[in-house]
Amino acid sequence: MHRRVRRRYTIERWFRGVGFAAVALSILFLAFLLFNMGSKGLGGFSRYEAALPIDFTRSDLFLDPATLRGPDAEQTVASADLESAISKAAVEAYGPDADEMFGDAAITKLTKVIFADPTMLGGTSTLWLPVGSKLDVAAKGDSDAANEKLVDVLQARHSLRRTFNADFLTASDSTDPTSAGVWGALKGTFLTILVTMGLAFPVGVLAAVYLEEFATRNRWTDAIEVSINNLAAVPSIIFGLLGLAVFLNVMNLPRSAPLVGGMTLALMTMPVIVIAGRNAIKTVPPSIRDAALGVGASKMQVTFHHVLPLALPGILTGTIIGMARALGETAPLLMIGMRAFIAAPPTGMTAPATVLPVQIFLWSDEVDRGFVEKTSAAIIVLLLFMLLMNGLAIYLRNRFERRW
Amino acid sequence: MLMKEKQPITPVTPMSTTSTAIEVDANGKGPSMMDDQGRAVKDRDTVCDPPEVQRPNLSMSQLSNIQDTSDEEIGPGSEPKMRANEVSVSYGDKQALQDVSIQIYDDLVTAFIGPSGCGKSTFLRCLNRMNDTIPSARVTGCIELDGEDITTSSMDVVQLRARVGMVFQKPNPFPKSIFENVAYGPRIHGLSSSKSDLEAIVETSLKRAGLWDEVKDRLQESGTALSGGQQQRLCIARAIAVDPEVILMDEPCSALDPIATAKIEELIHELRGRYAIAIVTHNMQQAARVSQRTAFFHLGELVEYGRTSEMFTNPRQSRTQDYITGRYG
Repeated sequence: MHRRVRRRYTIERWFRGVGFAAVALSILFLAFLLFNMGSKGLGGFSRYEAALPIDFTRSDLFLDPATLRGPDAEQTVASADLESAISKAAVEAYGPDADEMFGDAAITKLTKVIFADPTMLGGTSTLWLPVGSKLDVAAKGDSDAANEKLVDVLQARHSLRRTFNADFLTASDSTDPTSAGVWGALKGTFLTILVTMGLAFPVGVLAAVYLEEFATRNRWTDAIEVSINNLAAVPSIIFGLLGLAVFLNVMNLPRSAPLVGGMTLALMTMPVIVIAGRNAIKTVPPSIRDAALGVGASKMQVTFHHVLPLALPGILTGTIIGMARALGETAPLLMIGMRAFIAAPPTGMTAPATVLPVQIFLWSDEVDRGFVEKTSAAIIVLLLFMLLMNGLAIYLRNRFERRW
Repeated sequence: MLMKEKQPITPVTPMSTTSTAIEVDANGKGPSMMDDQGRAVKDRDTVCDPPEVQRPNLSMSQLSNIQDTSDEEIGPGSEPKMRANEVSVSYGDKQALQDVSIQIYDDLVTAFIGPSGCGKSTFLRCLNRMNDTIPSARVTGCIELDGEDITTSSMDVVQLRARVGMVFQKPNPFPKSIFENVAYGPRIHGLSSSKSDLEAIVETSLKRAGLWDEVKDRLQESGTALSGGQQQRLCIARAIAVDPEVILMDEPCSALDPIATAKIEELIHELRGRYAIAIVTHNMQQAARVSQRTAFFHLGELVEYGRTSEMFTNPRQSRTQDYITGRYG
């Protein structure tokens, strides 16, 4: 008897130990992921700028400050060869190796500066311009010897500084990593999730309510239940194929649009919401239904006044899980053409767009080393976006739960 | 265990000179006769007899139960509020209730007693068609409320349940405020035209349920935060807020302590003058205390139905006697 009791305690200690180990392991993985992403990705939020003295009078720009007031100003600046002007100034300042030290981002910034103050075209001014990708990578400590030497030169003359890269959050995709940003993908994600949510949540919840509260149990409803459970387990790329076949080929909706992406993801999310919703509705005690029926509420009133509000926290939990999955989904969106290079943020539901996970996938595929940290930085943005959405959903859920 | 077939339903007879004769007659009925009767009734397609046929001074079908209307509690010639005739219920293949005929009167409390699983709750739930919510349940026979058959599909269950309220075994307030609990019924039935109207209904209902003084300062608190006895009185207040004619109570005190039980019983006494009340109870003392009529159910049959005072002092059936004296059940 005594031995049996001791054995029971030993088993209990074992179980606690194993459980603790499992939790510790998952925390370790999470910490590793966050540390890895953080250390690699945080660099993507900053960039190096170098000081560049430009003598506009000696450059070949031939820009007249007067023309920058008219309606054709943008075209005038665009047609001016800013790139060679920058290159020439760089060689003059830092030697022949520096002819490619600035990239697209510098041109963009110079354009802005000229627009802001056309009078500077009449003289010499020193501007801080973002350096090109190779030099940026070198300054962050990982590149070829030539660029590292240039970094040393710049640092010796105090002409190099690290600044917050606002372009990363406000610009869209670009072939040049220093001017690439996540804004377009973020906006695309937002629009896509909006469509997914707008379709999957009401349809899923109503389907769950109907199946649980109104449908009579027979072979058909059993078959539907089995189908929905299976649908929730179907690989997401299959839904992509379905979207491609139905929304693009049959319905002729535009490719690469948030509308189509959202509809495809809604197909994928709906079964998850239906299953979670049914389970939540099942846990509402029958005594509440009896109570409402007992005072003469109709079936509809019982469902919408009592059952649904009580089931809502559970339904929202399921929805959060479904939405989080949809938010991180890449495969089905590749099938409907969202992997295209899109350099402008989407202007509407049917405009070409991409989403964050796809953007991450595309950047991870790029040859340019500058995209490595952009990829990690985009992952951080995606995780934060997800955190924000989940936080909102959890807040909503708690609000409904705390009502009484 | 007594065998089911050997005990026909005994119509309850008044304490009159004819009572023995009828009782003999009733006991003389064999099982086969019962079956014939049952079929005969079913052939009539469960149409209820018109009310006047059931009057004691008129001819009646053999199985119609007659309630002694010269009872001191109700005036002579008074019509039963509800009348159940030959009600049978089955869940799938399982027969839960067989040929039950009972009357429920205004101003009287009718108690249903019997061992667990004898069908008394099933019968109670037939009276406001709560059995409709169980898909496998099949109800035959006829139940009238003020002479109107409520088992037909043309009867609106929503209106029926407003007229026949129910209080359940476990206190089941809505997880909403005390006010909302009581106001819900009047609100969905459109009984109040204004907010002050609704507040008046809530106050009256809570007062009638004897809960007003305890909760008047915290009407916005959750109904589920009350004690068990208070919750059950809240449920009673909720039931009477829609101004029903009949209140059904399904073991309303089984989850309560003796003090809360005493309060509910007191409440039942007070409500009796206003509503017809039917109560299911496991507690025979409770049945004796609160009711004027008692029906004893056993194995899905109505064994005996009569005045409570007679039932507990002088039961006609040996099964009733055995149950009341605690030999089984």
